[in-house]
This record gives sequence, C-alpha cells and structure tokens, in this order.
Amino acid sequence: MAIISSAFAAEGEQTTHESVGVGEAHHEGAFPPFQTENFAPQIFWLVIIFGLLYVLMSRIALPRVGGIIENRGAKIASDLGAARDMQSKAQAAAAANDENLRRRREEAQAIGREAQNKIAAETARQRALAESQAAEKIRAADERIASAKTTALANVEQIAVDAAAAIVEKLTGAKIDQSALAKEHASSTAKETLNAF
Amino acid sequence: MNPEEAAAKPNPIEQFELHRLWPFEINGVETSFTNASLFMLLAALGVVALMILATSKKAIVPGRVQAMAEMLYEFVAGMVRQTAGTEGMKFFPFVFTLFSFILIANLIGLVPYTYSVTSQIVVTFAFAAVVISLVVIYGLYRHGFGFLNLFVPHGVPLPVLVVLVPIEIISFLSRPVSLSVRLFANILAGHITLAVFGGFVMMLLGAGVWAALAPVPLLAIVALYALELLVACLQAFVFSVLTCVYLNDAIHPGH
Repeated sequence: MAIISSAFAAEGEQTTHESVGVGEAHHEGAFPPFQTENFAPQIFWLVIIFGLLYVLMSRIALPRVGGIIENRGAKIASDLGAARDMQSKAQAAAAANDENLRRRREEAQAIGREAQNKIAAETARQRALAESQAAEKIRAADERIASAKTTALANVEQIAVDAAAAIVEKLTGAKIDQSALAKEHASSTAKETLNAF
Repeated sequence: MNPEEAAAKPNPIEQFELHRLWPFEINGVETSFTNASLFMLLAALGVVALMILATSKKAIVPGRVQAMAEMLYEFVAGMVRQTAGTEGMKFFPFVFTLFSFILIANLIGLVPYTYSVTSQIVVTFAFAAVVISLVVIYGLYRHGFGFLNLFVPHGVPLPVLVVLVPIEIISFLSRPVSLSVRLFANILAGHITLAVFGGFVMMLLGAGVWAALAPVPLLAIVALYALELLVACLQAFVFSVLTCVYLNDAIHPGH
C-alpha cells in the first residue's frame, strides 16, 4: 500500500503542478486524501451530518422499524393463535358429531334388533298355532279314515255272507242260516289268516 | 493545458480533490462546505429516505422499500446481537447509523461523477476514533480498571505474559489504524483502478489503430465495477462487524 500510495503521491504532485496552470486553486500537497488542510472542513461537516443522522436514526427510524417488526410479529402470533383456537373448536365439533353419529347408529341398530326379535317371535307363535291346528285336523281325518275303513270292511263281510247265502240257495234251493254262514266265514278267515302267517 | 491534452492524460487522482463549494471558517478553522460535505449530506439523506420516509406508512405488509429498510434493520440487529451479545444492543443505533451511512456513501461513490466520502482517510479515521473512544470509555465506565484485563489473557503463565501483554497493547493501539486504513484504502484503490482503466480506454481511443483494443479495458472496467460493488458492501459490513467485536471487548473484557 505504501508503495502504491507513494507512487500515486508522486503522480498527484505532478498533476497538481500541471493543474496550477488551469487555475484550479489548489494548495501544494501530495495527494488529496493526505492534504491536511482538507481535514478540518471534512471533520466539521462529518460531525454535524453523522450526528444528525444518529439522532434521526436512534430517535425516529429505528424505534419505528423495530415497532413495525414487533407489531407484525404480534399480529402473526395472534392470528396464528386465533387460527389454532378455531381449529381446536372445529376438531371438538367434529368429535362431538362423530360421537352423536355413533350413538344414533347404535340406537338404530338396537331398534332394528328389537323389531327383528319381535317379528321372529310373532312368526314362531303363528307357526306353532298353525302347526297345532294342522295336527288336530290330521288327527281327526285319520280317525275318520279308520272308522270308514272298519265300516267298509264290515259291509264287505256282510256282502260276502249275503252273496254266499244267495249262491247256496240258488244252487241247492235250501235256505241257509245266516248266522251259521257268518260263523263259517269267520272261521275260514281265521284259518286263512293263520295260513298267511 | 487544453481539453484534448487533459483527455489524453487522464488523472486518476482528480476525483479525490476537494472543491470548496461554500468557503467559510469559524474561529480561524476552515469549515468550508465542500463536495465531500455535499455527498456526506446525500448519503445521510439516502439513509433518511430509506429508513424514515419509506417506513412512514408502518405497513404490516411492507412495500419494497420498507421491506428493504426492515431487512437492513434486522441484518444489523442480528449482527450486533451475534457479535456483541444482548448487552451490545445498546450500541445498536450507533452501529446501525455507522453501517448504513458507510454503505450508502460507498454505493453513491460508485456512481460516475460523484464523490466517494469514504475515500478520505480523515473520514474513516474519524469513524475509527469514535469507535475506539467509545470502546475505551464504555469499558472503563462499565468495568473500571477491570477493563485492563483485556490486555491480560486469562490462564497464561507469567513469563509468557511479559511478552504477550505488550503485544496485546500494540494490537489494541493498532486497531483504529487498521480499521480506518482498511476502509479508506479499499475504496481509494478501487476508484483509482477504475479511473486508470478508464484512462486506458481514452488513451487507446486516441492512439490511431490501437483504438481497436479500447473495448478490452472497457470490459475490465465492467468486471471491476462489479467487484467494487461487492467491496462497497463488504467494507461497510467489515467496518461494522469489527466495531461490534471491539464493543464486545468493552462489554466482556476477559478473554
């Protein structure tokens, strides 16, 4: 740096010599930044301007900008807080709604089950009634059939005895005793029945 | 010297010359309003426009310029808090003013035909002197003679201390010099380089066939200009970070 500045100092000297001719009222001196007569006016104005700037910054600008940033932070924090509140409220409402739904569904299921049970019981009762009635009817019919059968069998035997009497009478011309025939028939039937076994 | 000659012999130092725009003096001390003062004023007005006018609406959703002001605020606040701790925040207005003023002055200085306020050693040294005075005064006020612990590294054997303490003292004393020269030299060197390359362009243009080569230094200027933008921001940042580091020493003098 020293070399450079001395080199430029030399050049500066040269140029100031030259510029004297132009009329630039410049004092003898090496290099403008090192000319001591330039120091006082610069420091004077620097102190005034920098001092004023310091006062303006510390009294007005910095508190204001700091305030703006703080306000924004507070606003963002409060907005976020409000949003968080809303969110928790919404979540609570959703949970309540879910709970309500669940309860209603359970109620509906209970009602459905009850109705089903009732219907099943009614159906069972009706079926039992119908079955017992049907069984009653079947039993009556069976009795009727059995009685009809015995009557019919009795009639058949009577007819057979009558027919036998009529055949004997026709062939022999002799009147046969009905009861003897019936006795004979009964014994033969018994004999047949024995033979069948 | 006629104008053609002046164009042929560019002077990279001319841009640092002080012109008395409004010469006057107080008690025999020259206090003329110069072009340097004008650009100090412009830099300060730039900061005021950014930080006060653009934030007057106090919008929750900031506009572009207000967002920029907030960014600058938070950037410097973060820097101070990280380097000098929470206690360092009492120096935040000072560091902020310093950073924003140097930054805007550096950036304004990069506009052609303007004056670079920070290219003057007296300006940067004045800043450094304020910073170091603040460090010493606050350190003594806060810790009394305990502030001198700054020069005595903790847990070092006595024979080493004999060597180390003078080194620490010298390093402390060199702080205002290094702080001011770093900023001054960077801005000065950058502007001189730009002017020298600009002079190359002019000389090549005036040198007949060689004028064909004139775009080469012109391209170099474009690249250098980008670098100078970086330097302008970086040096403002470095100056304020070092200010915070030194203030941190005043707040916590033990190593």
